[in-house]
Amino acid sequence: MYNTLDLSPSRIEEEQLYKEMGLSDSEFALMKNVLGRVPNYTETGLFSVMWSEHCSYKNSKPLLKHFPTKGPHVLQGPGEGAGVVDIGDNQAVVFKMESHNHPSAIEPYQGAATGVGGILRDVFSMGARPIALLNSLRFGELTTERMKYLFKEVVHGIAGYGNCVGVPTVGGEVQFDRCYEGNPLVNAMCVGLIDQQDVQKGIAAGVGNTVMYAGAPTGRDGIHGATFASEELSDASASKRPSVQVGDPFMEKLLIEACLDVIHCDALVGIQDMGAAGLTSSASEMASKAGTGIRMNLDDVPQREENMTAYEMMLSESQERMLLVVEKGREEEIAEIFERYSLHAVSIGEVIEERVLRLEHEGRVVADVPVDALAEEAPVYVQEEVEPAYIEEYRNIMYRPEVEDMGETLMTLLKQPTIASKEWVYEQYDHMVQTNTVVAPGSDAAVVRVKGTGKALAMTTDCNSRYIHLDPHLGGQIAVAEAARNIICSGGRPLALTDCLNFGSPEIPETYWKMKQSVLGMSEACTTLSTPVISGNVSLYNESNGVSVYPTPVVGMVGLIEDLSHITRQSFQERGDLIYVIGEANLEFSGSELQKVLEDDYFGPCPKLDLEVEKRRQEEVLSAIQQGLIRSAHDVAEGGLGVALAESLFEHDLGCDVSINGDPLTELFSETQSRYVVSVPGEHQKAFESVVSDAVYLGVVTDHQHYCVKREGEDVISLFTPDLKKAWKEAIPCQLKSKD
Amino acid sequence: MKFAVIVFPGSNCDRDMFDAVRSHLKEDVEMVSSSTTDLSNFDAILLPGGFSHGDYLRSGAMASVAPVVRAIKEEADKGTFILGVCNGFQILLEAGLLPGAMLPNRDLAFICKTDLVRVANNNTVFTNLYEEGAALKLPIAHGEGNYYCDEATYRCLVDHHQILFTYENNPNGSAYDIAGICNERGNVLGMMPHPERAVEALLGSEDGLKLFQSMVANWRGSHVQHT
Amino acid sequence: MYKVYVYVTLKEGVLDPQGKAIQESMHSLAYDEVESVRVGKYFELTVKDTGEIDKRVNELCDRLLANPVIEEYRYTLEEVVPN
Repeated sequence: MYNTLDLSPSRIEEEQLYKEMGLSDSEFALMKNVLGRVPNYTETGLFSVMWSEHCSYKNSKPLLKHFPTKGPHVLQGPGEGAGVVDIGDNQAVVFKMESHNHPSAIEPYQGAATGVGGILRDVFSMGARPIALLNSLRFGELTTERMKYLFKEVVHGIAGYGNCVGVPTVGGEVQFDRCYEGNPLVNAMCVGLIDQQDVQKGIAAGVGNTVMYAGAPTGRDGIHGATFASEELSDASASKRPSVQVGDPFMEKLLIEACLDVIHCDALVGIQDMGAAGLTSSASEMASKAGTGIRMNLDDVPQREENMTAYEMMLSESQERMLLVVEKGREEEIAEIFERYSLHAVSIGEVIEERVLRLEHEGRVVADVPVDALAEEAPVYVQEEVEPAYIEEYRNIMYRPEVEDMGETLMTLLKQPTIASKEWVYEQYDHMVQTNTVVAPGSDAAVVRVKGTGKALAMTTDCNSRYIHLDPHLGGQIAVAEAARNIICSGGRPLALTDCLNFGSPEIPETYWKMKQSVLGMSEACTTLSTPVISGNVSLYNESNGVSVYPTPVVGMVGLIEDLSHITRQSFQERGDLIYVIGEANLEFSGSELQKVLEDDYFGPCPKLDLEVEKRRQEEVLSAIQQGLIRSAHDVAEGGLGVALAESLFEHDLGCDVSINGDPLTELFSETQSRYVVSVPGEHQKAFESVVSDAVYLGVVTDHQHYCVKREGEDVISLFTPDLKKAWKEAIPCQLKSKD
Repeated sequence: MKFAVIVFPGSNCDRDMFDAVRSHLKEDVEMVSSSTTDLSNFDAILLPGGFSHGDYLRSGAMASVAPVVRAIKEEADKGTFILGVCNGFQILLEAGLLPGAMLPNRDLAFICKTDLVRVANNNTVFTNLYEEGAALKLPIAHGEGNYYCDEATYRCLVDHHQILFTYENNPNGSAYDIAGICNERGNVLGMMPHPERAVEALLGSEDGLKLFQSMVANWRGSHVQHT
Repeated sequence: MYKVYVYVTLKEGVLDPQGKAIQESMHSLAYDEVESVRVGKYFELTVKDTGEIDKRVNELCDRLLANPVIEEYRYTLEEVVPN
């Protein structure tokens, strides 16, 4: 590292040292223009982190504006720590999802752990108690020691942090595909609950008010984390290891309790966590939102290491820190609340009228920068877009898998890690703490009841990136529709969603085109299904040695279950119940699990989606659930009806006697969209059929532990359920144990 | 009957324990900080699960030297009912109120699931509403629940009927399948499974409720005799 | 001032699942000559000299740093001159 005091502004300019911080020539020119002079080293650092993609969304802003963000229940859309949605009884649900891909690729345990820590702070800094965590994970195939290590350590990291802070990890998803080999995705979502009058904002209002710092002291960890997250991974990244922060979940637990206490003190004006770009982003954003400025004396910042420079303090991404703005003269009240939790809150500055971030260190002004320039005025780039040639080619491919034995195919599909039981993962997560988890991980959506009410929340994360790879527009629609379907299956009405847009480099025209198309597709589905986007995060440059991940815009959705009696599980419950499939199957195998098994690749047209049909079926299924006509509901996803039926049998070790018409391969394994498998008590047959229009009767639930599918009286599949379950359950532990 | 739930820095099942007693047992309950030095107002003391002080040394080690532990020892000597669950059990072991120690789980991973736990002795103030040998569905959630004691200690536990709960399918490598033990006097119980997570059918099991009900019934019994 | 280096290990006879797992990994890397691995904890303390340092460090180990039911400890002292 340079001795920054020696680096004069002119040297930074002449030697183009800003480039090492990720700033381009034109961005540096823009900075000079804003300041009317050449910035010094510390100021250049402030701009470099605030103008990184991670903080400024400079490449994605023009796309994000397509998302519908308003709705009758939306109390807070994008822009704050997390979005807020009304759930009645003066309560609201607060949620957001965020990526921690790059840190997890370098140091999987801490990368994943601090990802969980960061998303928790986004939610409790809003004043909400975190009630659930979910994770959406993508890895390469579990065939190399490196990938097994990454997978195990990411799971350990999530467990290590989430279990300790006492927030249940209730759901999520894991998908395995080769494109994630060099760049796994780790997206964490947090859901919080709040009384509406307690909603906090990250604003630095009231000139003269005091800026306070609470939580862990600042060290040199994570410097340039935000710019690191906005760069492509290369083999050289491993040497950037000091960038990765270390989490302290014990400190976080104390911070949660202290912050949820402090929000009830009327001396508090604003509160925000120090996430990416640490003190720089929290201070400049809080001031920018309030139309004020902030003066800070960095000598007062609690420091873990000696001789830290202004640059290091401002760019540090040390974890478990909060920035507060407090009414002048009432600092002691705030400090006293933190003391109760053995934490220190100290004054480090004040709100000023002039809209600048003015930093003093060792008696000198070390930075003096307009806050809006940092927080709001990053350059915005509309990149060139080009439709990749393969997209049109894929639309014209007819793909039909060649399969002989349906039973063997089913068995093979159940063993695929993307389909196989994720018990190995979620058994390591405390998913029961807080005693609200009604439907644990492993079902379509997790269900968490709201204590003291008759309500519950359903939550899920979804994104089948294979479809988006084939057709980003349609795939984007499907990601939203599938999430909504999962909420419906558990008896909830989808409320809103958060997203985490994981893409490659926006500077590649084909990648930018995919980003745009998937955002447009998602937006259309959001509008039709009345699920506005209330928060989210963008993660670009998910590439490794030139290979980009599939576009992976993960959807995190929350739904409201109005009455606990509506809670529905995916498993068949009772012998004799009638089994229906809702919706017809077409020959749609492109992007399917079966295509992967047979071809080791994905090609051809993405499955179709008719949003009007999707909406109608969702309404009908939810209505049938609310009327008590359905005993179980499961959406048909990867592996088609065949897999969905098997998954419905496992929990209670049941069997099924089912008859199909038409082509068995298509009927059983096609991944046609907007379909459900439901079980219906015999006495509700008529009522159910009158409510749900596209329901096709398949057969009955049995207790003889046999998975039987017949066509015209002949056996298509006849397998012992425990054998299927064993294959499904043991696939992931088996792969982890096997040697290369 | 008045319960105390001791809140150590890093406890995270304190609110669950509180809710179980207040909403399902419908008894008086109060959250009490671990800096408290007097617990003489309480009829029962509950040590909840969590990661006290981050469990950064050994599980329960730093909590076992908190001021409240001296008060807990005083109450234990008086015969007050004391229940430690999960991290609470680890604290009781570290404090020497119960014999043995905890090691990391056999498979070195945190385990969270609902398991079958057998009532090995139903002749205590914590278990006498259960049938002896009853199999309970109780959640477990821990990374260090692998109970260890030497053979002499085990003999002693057996001789004094101190083993109250055993695992049906030992999930963590615990010696002799031990899931919960009490002291010789029978008024201090430590157990890894979470009875407070099993007090309502909505969440999958009500099998933990009788443990708390036993405590209340026994306390009421002795209390009525005295007056 | 003293630097105190404390080593805490599991007592002989107490199963050490971490050590066992690490040993297996070593074997999978073909370090077959490794016959056993015991995992322990290591602490570095900087302690003011109060004239009874051994007594105090022993106490501290017994009361907090080690659990005598399963662990044993040893330590070394190094006198340091504050600059």
